[in-house]
Amino acid sequence: MNLPIFLPQNDPGPDFAELMRRSGFHREIKFDGVVPVESFRHGTTCVAIRYADGVLLAGDRRATSGNLISHRSIEKVFPADRHSGVAIAGAAGPAVEMVKLFQLQLEHYEKVEGTSLSLEGKANQLGQMIRNNLPAAMQGLAVVPIFAGFDLARGTGRLFEYDVTGGRYEETQHASTGSGSLHAGTVVKLGYTESMNETEVTDLAIRALFEASEEDSATGGPDTIRGIYPIVALITADGYTRVDDAELAERTVALIDSRRPPRAG
Amino acid sequence: MNMPFYVAPEQVMKDRADYARKGIARGRSLVAFRFDDGVAICAENTSSTLHKVSEIYDRIAFAGVGKYNEFDQLRIAGVRHADLKGYSFSREDVDARSLANQYAQILGQVFTHEMKPMEVEILVAEIGVDDSGDDDQMFHLLYDGTVVDERNVVVLGGETDSISERLESFESPPTLHEGLRSAVAALAGPDRTLSAGDLEVAALQRGNGRRTFRRIGDTELVELLQD
Repeated sequence: MNLPIFLPQNDPGPDFAELMRRSGFHREIKFDGVVPVESFRHGTTCVAIRYADGVLLAGDRRATSGNLISHRSIEKVFPADRHSGVAIAGAAGPAVEMVKLFQLQLEHYEKVEGTSLSLEGKANQLGQMIRNNLPAAMQGLAVVPIFAGFDLARGTGRLFEYDVTGGRYEETQHASTGSGSLHAGTVVKLGYTESMNETEVTDLAIRALFEASEEDSATGGPDTIRGIYPIVALITADGYTRVDDAELAERTVALIDSRRPPRAG
Repeated sequence: MNMPFYVAPEQVMKDRADYARKGIARGRSLVAFRFDDGVAICAENTSSTLHKVSEIYDRIAFAGVGKYNEFDQLRIAGVRHADLKGYSFSREDVDARSLANQYAQILGQVFTHEMKPMEVEILVAEIGVDDSGDDDQMFHLLYDGTVVDERNVVVLGGETDSISERLESFESPPTLHEGLRSAVAALAGPDRTLSAGDLEVAALQRGNGRRTFRRIGDTELVELLQD
């Protein structure tokens, strides 16, 4: 691999996707028709909730191929950079690739320019990537993420929803995506209060995913046998942190216990 | 028909080298050294926005002296090379040695084939995954594409000899505090003192997460330079 040096008039600037195109990396694969739903992996339910110190992202761990469970512990919540994260639903392959490119794009911009993109700029970047995926989406490989981050300039957590056309919609309180989003979203909506703290918001996210897993076959519930719990990440002024499994296990068990019907006698 | 005057190749090369050296000597120097927790780079630079020291990749840093636009072009090419390589293979496959070789090719090519050589000297530093520091590497590249593999300390710029003489020698890698004090004293020389505002300091530091590069800001630098 040689050193990519460009003439000033051909320089791709801080844009990594453009750099790939100009370095001959972009291999477009063309095919007609629709990819059958059982032939690729699908990621399902994610939620994002704003709270007092920032924003939370959470996702279940199941991937499905048609009616089969194809993965029990897939990850759908990723850090995008120090102060933002993305949660994905849809075709798992293209989604994970999109996240990888998005993370790289942000880091590449930061290194080339010497400063980070604004949160708004990052959200727009992701929107463009989803729009570029539109032809694949029409063939069944849709990717619909949520983007959330802590806006250092405004000192607040912000979150963005998208549709397959790359349309970008900022939400002020919460957002959800994927097959179980209807149920998860309703739970969040009913339990949402403006000034939730870290513990309260984590409990609400766990509960939302738990309820969704009871109603939607493609959403995975907590797996206490294998120790698989949803991924929960908190993004605050201090950056992106993932809540550790031990704490999630404890909270999940507490939730399940509270749901257990009282024993007769 | 006009015949060009004959100039001996020795003379051409010497002229070009002199030209490059003169350009480099006009700027301020920098010192890079290994410390007990990684590699630190300390440059004399009064600008807080036009950097001489930058991040290339997770464990790789870049530093340049001489003509700003020329080494900055090389820096960006390095970032692009590293990011493309990490994307198409894996992050662990990006290494300083291969990047240094690429730089050497370009510098050598420009030195012999272009009108004017690049008036730069650059450094590619990398810290190993291993905590011992045995795999830390520093590649010093000259304007003509010469690569020198340095071990503990390296000086880039015009007055390298006098700066090198002034540097303290340590038996084992010093702490950041000790190393930095020695580097700053050596850069300043006997007649000047350099304060935090005159310096640009950054380090590749173990335990700093995936991206090991960090800039050491003025507040921290003032503390580090105190006795």
